[in-house]
Amino acid sequence: MMKNVKIKTRNLDLYYGENHALKDINIDIEEKAITALIGPSGCGKSTYLKTLNRMNDFVNGVKITGEITLDGENIYAPGVDTTLLRKKVGMVFQQPNPFPMSIYDNIAYGPRLEGIRSRLRLDEIVETSLKQAAIWDEVKDRLKKSALGLSGGQQQRLCIARALAVQPEVLLMDEPTSALDPVSTLKIEELADELKKEYTIIIVTHNMQQAARISDRTAFFLLGEVIEDGKTEQMFSVPKDKRTEDYITGRFG
Amino acid sequence: MPNSLIKKKSRIQDTVLYICIYFSAAISVLLLIGIIGYVLVKGIGSINLEFLTKATSAIDGTTGIAGNIINTLYIIVITLLIATPIGVGSAIFLNEYAKPGRFVRIVEFTTETLAGIPSIIFGLFGMVFFGNTLKLGYSILSGAFTLTLMILPLITRNTQEALKTVPNSYRSGALGIGATKWYMIRTILLPSAMPGIITGIILAVGRIVGESAALLFTAGSGYILPKTPIGYFTKIFESGGTMTIQLYLSMSKGQYSIAFGIAVVLLVIVVGINFLTKFLAKKFDTGRRD
Amino acid sequence: MRTQFDKQLQTLHIELIRMGSLCEQVISLCANMLLKKENLSADINAAETEINQKERDIENLCLKLLLQQQPVAKDLRIISAALKMISDLERIGDQAADIAELAPYLADCDAPGKVHIGDMARATVGMVTRSIDAFVKSDVKMAAEVMAEDDEVDQLFEKIKLELMDLIRQNGLDAKAAMDLLMAAKYFERIGDHAVNVAEWVEYSVTGVHKNDANF
Repeated sequence: MMKNVKIKTRNLDLYYGENHALKDINIDIEEKAITALIGPSGCGKSTYLKTLNRMNDFVNGVKITGEITLDGENIYAPGVDTTLLRKKVGMVFQQPNPFPMSIYDNIAYGPRLEGIRSRLRLDEIVETSLKQAAIWDEVKDRLKKSALGLSGGQQQRLCIARALAVQPEVLLMDEPTSALDPVSTLKIEELADELKKEYTIIIVTHNMQQAARISDRTAFFLLGEVIEDGKTEQMFSVPKDKRTEDYITGRFG
Repeated sequence: MPNSLIKKKSRIQDTVLYICIYFSAAISVLLLIGIIGYVLVKGIGSINLEFLTKATSAIDGTTGIAGNIINTLYIIVITLLIATPIGVGSAIFLNEYAKPGRFVRIVEFTTETLAGIPSIIFGLFGMVFFGNTLKLGYSILSGAFTLTLMILPLITRNTQEALKTVPNSYRSGALGIGATKWYMIRTILLPSAMPGIITGIILAVGRIVGESAALLFTAGSGYILPKTPIGYFTKIFESGGTMTIQLYLSMSKGQYSIAFGIAVVLLVIVVGINFLTKFLAKKFDTGRRD
Repeated sequence: MRTQFDKQLQTLHIELIRMGSLCEQVISLCANMLLKKENLSADINAAETEINQKERDIENLCLKLLLQQQPVAKDLRIISAALKMISDLERIGDQAADIAELAPYLADCDAPGKVHIGDMARATVGMVTRSIDAFVKSDVKMAAEVMAEDDEVDQLFEKIKLELMDLIRQNGLDAKAAMDLLMAAKYFERIGDHAVNVAEWVEYSVTGVHKNDANF
């Protein structure tokens, strides 16, 4: 049914202290496709997203059991280099968060981290990344200007470019358009559609239409469980579970 | 027109309150101008090249505060060299590494209390501990150590506040593309917090410049200039009074013209520090909208 | 939640029932015209116009719902099914009008009473009623019954064909009248087919699978 599985999640449980936030999650994420995670607030979709690049490690009192494999390798195995993992699995956040530095330095941040110092090489990476994120034409004349002077939509595309600059394989997007206007939102959506040719994209969204528009597969989370996951088209026309139906048609609760 | 929006009469209460507020504001401005003006008028006459470049000496027949200026610089530099790394470091530890909880709360409480202790108590402690126990006696080093204790909370608190204002999204943004924690702190947090840190340091300088009680019994009141180049190094082990100390001593000896002269220099320095704070804070306010 | 939307869906249901009952009415009128020789052309035309109007109204309502509510899942299926169903119902009205056009030519003929055309009219009215009913109640079983009933209508058509052939042979029934009558029967048979289409859309709106498109 699925072409290639990029990330496999098996029997994943996550606790915030006493709170059992994710319960026995089992999902496969398809390679070079967009997977949307939907569900009401607090259902665990963002938490799950963060387990995929171990951003939850920074939260106090988190306990995780189960297994998540990226290309067959368990990312929770002992001795896993989390910084390496996070280079492979990049993340774009809800609020555009460019660093308070120039556009150029924002993009070069990741490559410099990897020790790339050559000006020529950095120029090249900055240009490619910005082009990939479809923002090059808008910023090419102001690379040395502060990234904070960009509009919200531009900032978000800059953040995507920054994530792309370290050549990740997977891109996690946590409600990337919830702070943006409709036009910027569409730009990000089109960008995501373009990027899925090369990257595996997982997007958390509260916007049902967005999930229906851009994703290939959808997983519905409720109270820390995955209620249903499958092809988006299927899910939005004939959901299997009553709870999915209730949620996506807005008759929840 | 009975329903006109035009106000028929302004309310008397409002007017009275308005006048009161303007009056209070005027008083504080006038006070400042008055004091500065008074000091300038009284002290400007004492200021000349000799006053600024020579030390007071009965043999040479000179009157000057060059020694005190150098002592002040020494104390500022040494204190900051010790206090800044420790203060910034502990702020980073408290804010970024320590798990929020009892320990952090205790440390924060202690720092705040430390900041509220009268400076003479630091002076007493410094004299006994650095002066007697560590056998530093009356020396610039002893004074600098004492002042370090005093300004450490200032720098720590300011840095902490500055770190707290750095949006969390910067942290997760950097960590999310695989930066290590320390790399993130070095490249994102510290530059972003720099205006706050600088403000803390400059406030500290202000306190050092204005301090007398804590220094009188630690750094002492020496005012002579070193005779040899080596003397500039060994100076830190010798007694050295800052300008404020000299001001105090001159006052108690009734040498008012010298006292006012020093006061003018101090005022200029304080105003200078204020401008410097504004300038640096703006300059280091990295990447704000252009 | 979604009270407003649910109210609008309710309106859609009611409108569909109205359109359905208009169709039933127009079929009955046709049957009466054929069998009881009443001149109901004006009524039938009026009803047909009303059906067309209803189609426009429901279509507008559906488009409004699509635009405003951006329905998904079952809501989306209901609205898209309604959009398809109304064109079938509208066709039923057209077929009835066609029958009404034939009726005057058969006014002096007693043949309609001798064949099963009355049964056919009754059967198709039943199918239309039940297909709409099935939609409103989201009743797949009832929809299936409608589909099964179509076989009966088809058989009635075959029977009428044979009956007409007999009538021609025995009584020398006027060839023109026979052909008109056969046409009328064919129209009734078509009405049955449209009722089946409606039932199929009902099934789709409930299960998400359309009979002719099992490979969703």
